[in-house]
Amino acid sequence: MPMVEVAGKSFEVDEEGYLTNLADWNQDIAGYLAQEEKVEMTDSHWEVVNFLREYYDEYQIAPAVRVLTKAISKKLGADKGNNKYLYELFPYGPAKQACKIAGLPKPTGCI
Amino acid sequence: MSDMMEDMEGGEGVVKKFMFVNRKAPHGTIYALEGLEVVLISAAFDQDVSMVFADDGVYELIKGMNTKGIEVKDFSRTYRALDGYDIEKLYVEKASMEARGLTEDDLIVDVTVLDSAEMANLMAEQDIVISY
Amino acid sequence: MSMLHIVNKSATERNSVESCLRLASKGSVVLLIEDAVYAATQGSVAAAKIQAAMADLQIYALGPDLDARGMSARVLDGVKVVDYGGFVDLVAENNTCQSWL
Repeated sequence: MPMVEVAGKSFEVDEEGYLTNLADWNQDIAGYLAQEEKVEMTDSHWEVVNFLREYYDEYQIAPAVRVLTKAISKKLGADKGNNKYLYELFPYGPAKQACKIAGLPKPTGCI
Repeated sequence: MSDMMEDMEGGEGVVKKFMFVNRKAPHGTIYALEGLEVVLISAAFDQDVSMVFADDGVYELIKGMNTKGIEVKDFSRTYRALDGYDIEKLYVEKASMEARGLTEDDLIVDVTVLDSAEMANLMAEQDIVISY
Repeated sequence: MSMLHIVNKSATERNSVESCLRLASKGSVVLLIEDAVYAATQGSVAAAKIQAAMADLQIYALGPDLDARGMSARVLDGVKVVDYGGFVDLVAENNTCQSWL
């Protein structure tokens, strides 16, 4: 497995760049993963990333994009729980990019 | 794949009745976890999905699991995410539950409890049944 | 001479628990692990067999496997719960060990 170095510590990622150990995650690593995805993190990005981490903590899976949109709509409002808003934040797919930055595995049910 | 999804959403896709029959206890074998993944993926195809828990499969739904000691994921909590995936038809066979000293209150999600004859009827009306 | 019997299959799916209880000689030790721990829980159809066997055999169940299955609060009276350290002790205390696969 490839290793990456962030703030003087090394971490394992899989061949697609997803963090191998969920527990390794911290803000520095999120920053590094975001940089790799060419995403500039704002408060709006963090809101989605934190939402995903809470979702994973509760259900033990990374949600498919359709499920994520619906869940965000329910918690943060319809102005955020829609494809347009989420794809503007994460152009290559909110589930894939935001999950990666959140240190989660690749979403289940996302094909 | 996204093109195919759009085709299906456009009404060209056929909605079939899929039933996933869970008959294995969690953790001891990989069937329960892999089966759950299959169901989550199937949700993307907007089919009419039912999940059945019979025999040792009922054990998959027990509340209060703590998997820290055996160092595996507690995927029992993922059954609670099924609702968000629009998978709402969960059935438990009454005889299987009773043979294990369990009641509906012991289960982590809301289910419909069916007797064996009712379960047989439900199974008979499916287009596709996948059992593990 | 004592023998430790280790069973890891669910009694409601395979017959290894039943065979083990039938063939283990008096005074033997039986350790239920993985899916076999369900047999040692209240209300299971297998519970009566475990209870009957306790007259001649010492029955143990592995705690981490009970916890992982949400079954810790349902263990039958008389069944001793051990952790991994206790598992190792049982292996060390007995002359031979048989795994019922």
